[in-house]
Amino acid sequence: MKYFSVIWSSLKRKKTRSILTILSILVAFILYGYLSAIRLGFDAGVEVSGVDRLVMQHKVSLIQFLPESYEARIEQVQGVDSAVHGTWFGGIYQKPMNFFSQFPVKVEEYLDMYPEYVISDEHKKAWLETRNGAIAGRTIAERFGWKVGDRIPIQATIWTRKDGNPTWEFNLVGIYDGVDKSTDTTQFFFRYDYFQEARSFGSGNVGWYWIRVDNPDNAAEIAKEVDQLFANSPAETKTQPEAAFMQGFAKQIGDIGFIMTAILGAVFFTILLVAGNSMAQAVRERIQEIAVLKALGFTHTAVLAMVLAESLLLACLGGFAGLAIAWTMITTMGDPTNGSLPVFFLPVKDVVIGVLLAVLTGLAAGILPAIRAQKLQIADGLRR
Amino acid sequence: MADANGNLVEVTGVDKVFHRGSEDIHVLGGLCLKIPEGEFLALMGPSGSGKSTLLNLLAGLDRPTEGSVTISGERIDQLSERRLAGWRARHVGLVFQFYNLMPTLNAARNVELPLLLTHLSRTERKKHVEVALSVVGLNHRHGHYPRQLSGGEQQRVGIARAIVTDPTLLLCDEPTGDLDRKSSDEILDLLQALNQDQGKTIIMVTHDNDAAKRASRIVHMNKGKLTTDAAA
Repeated sequence: MKYFSVIWSSLKRKKTRSILTILSILVAFILYGYLSAIRLGFDAGVEVSGVDRLVMQHKVSLIQFLPESYEARIEQVQGVDSAVHGTWFGGIYQKPMNFFSQFPVKVEEYLDMYPEYVISDEHKKAWLETRNGAIAGRTIAERFGWKVGDRIPIQATIWTRKDGNPTWEFNLVGIYDGVDKSTDTTQFFFRYDYFQEARSFGSGNVGWYWIRVDNPDNAAEIAKEVDQLFANSPAETKTQPEAAFMQGFAKQIGDIGFIMTAILGAVFFTILLVAGNSMAQAVRERIQEIAVLKALGFTHTAVLAMVLAESLLLACLGGFAGLAIAWTMITTMGDPTNGSLPVFFLPVKDVVIGVLLAVLTGLAAGILPAIRAQKLQIADGLRR
Repeated sequence: MADANGNLVEVTGVDKVFHRGSEDIHVLGGLCLKIPEGEFLALMGPSGSGKSTLLNLLAGLDRPTEGSVTISGERIDQLSERRLAGWRARHVGLVFQFYNLMPTLNAARNVELPLLLTHLSRTERKKHVEVALSVVGLNHRHGHYPRQLSGGEQQRVGIARAIVTDPTLLLCDEPTGDLDRKSSDEILDLLQALNQDQGKTIIMVTHDNDAAKRASRIVHMNKGKLTTDAAA
C-alpha cells in the first residue's frame, strides 16, 4: 500500500495518455456488459430450462405437427410425470416489429409444468373462467402498457380463424411474474380450447410437447423410450432435454454466443494492444527513473511488481468503471430492444468474469514492459 | 563501520572491462584505493578516466571484472543482486548531477522514496523526511514538485533523499555540474557540513577545482588508474 502513491503518480505522468487509455478500456467494458446482457437474453431459455423437462418435437422439424392424442400415450411411459403440448402462434400485435411469442396452452397443466411463472389465484381463476382469456408476462404488459381487462387484438400469420377473420381478440385476464429476474416474462399465453375451436385448419394437431420426468437422471433413457413409442408412425418424434431444445431454437437466429464472443475477442485484443502500447511507452520514457529507483535500493522484482501494478491499476480503473456504468445503464435504461429480449440484465457471473478480464488485461498489457523494467541494468539506465 | 585501520572503503586490484561487440574496453585497471571513515574525497580526472565507473562500483550499481570492493567490512562485489539492492538501501546515499528526482512526486515524496524500503510507519517516515528537508533547508517547500524548484533546490532535495536513511556513505556524481556558482557553493557548503558536523563519508566526482578544494582529499584519475592522491 505504501507504494501506491508512487504507482499512482506514474499514471499521472502523462495524464492525457492515461485518461485516453482508461477511456478506451472503459468503453470496451461497457460493450462487454451490454453484450453479456444481450447474450443472456438470447440464451435465457437455455439458462432457465428445467433439468427435469424434456421437449418432444416432430422428427423432421419443429414446424411439422404432432397429434394431440400423443399426450395420453406419453404419460403412460414409466418415469414420465406429466406432459403438456404447446404450439407456435406467431401473430402480430399492431405492427411486425412488436415481436413477442404467443402460445395456446392448457391452463392448469401448463402452469403446473412451469412453476417459475407466478400468477395470482385471482388471475388464474379469471383465466379458467374466460374462454378467450389470455395472460401476459410483466415485461410485455409494461412494454405495451397493457392492464387486466384490456382487449388485445392479434393478427394471425399462420392460424386464421374459421370465419376467415385473421384477427384474434383476447381478453387480458392476468399478468404473470417470474420467480426471479432470469425468468422470461415477455410471453403471451391463451387457452388451447379456444384456439382449437376457432382455428381454420390443423385441428387436433399441436407443435410440440413438454414432458416432465420423475427423475432427471433417467431423462435420456425416457426420451429414447418415448421416441420408440412413436417410431414408424406418420409423425415420428425427437425428444431431447429442454436446454438442448432451447439452444437449437436460439441457434436458428445464429450462434449468438459465438458472435458475441467473436466481437468481444476482437475488442479485447484491440484493447490489449492499446493498453500494452501505453504501458510500453510509459516504461520507455521512464528508463532513467526506473534506474534511479533501483539505485536507491528497489529490487528488480519490486520494479517488476510496480510496473505490473501500474498496468493493473490502469486496466482495473477502466474495467471496473465500465462494468459499473454498464450495470447502471442496463438497470436504469433497460432493454434497448424495448422488450423483444425475454430477459435483460447483467448477471453476477458475468460481472465476476468482467472483473477477471480487467485483471487479465492489466497483467497481459503490463507483463512485457514490466520484464523490460526488471531487466534494466542500473548503470545503463542512468546513462540515458 | 570502518575496518581495524579506520578504512570504510577498500578497493583492491579492481579491473573493469566493458564489452562493445567484439571490442573490450578496459576502463579500470588494477585500481587500489582506501578511504577512511569520515573522509570527504574528491575524485577528479578527464572524461573517460573511469571516475563514474569507480563511483558505480562503490555504490554497488555495477560489479568489477576483477578485484574486490569492500565497504564496512563487506565484500559488495560478491553479494547477490537482491542483497546488493538491500545493501544499497541501507548504506549508500546517491546524489546525481541532474538530480534525478521523480517529476510526478513532490519534494517530500521524493525524499521519502528510500524510506519505502524500510519498515518505518507512515508517521515515522514523515518525521524522517521533515528532518532531512530541514537539514537541506527546504522544509518550507516540501509540497513543491521538481518543476517548481530551482536547480539548486532540486539538488538539495536530491541530497535530502540521499541522507534520509542516514547512510554510511554519500556518493555524489558531479553534484554541482548543472548549477551556477552561487547554487554550487550552497551545495558544497551543505556537503561540507554533512561531512564535518555529521561525520558522513563523502566521495564526490567532480571536474570543478573549486569544488574539489572543499574536500579533505583529492584523487586524480587518468585512463583507469589513480595518478595523484593528496590532501586538499
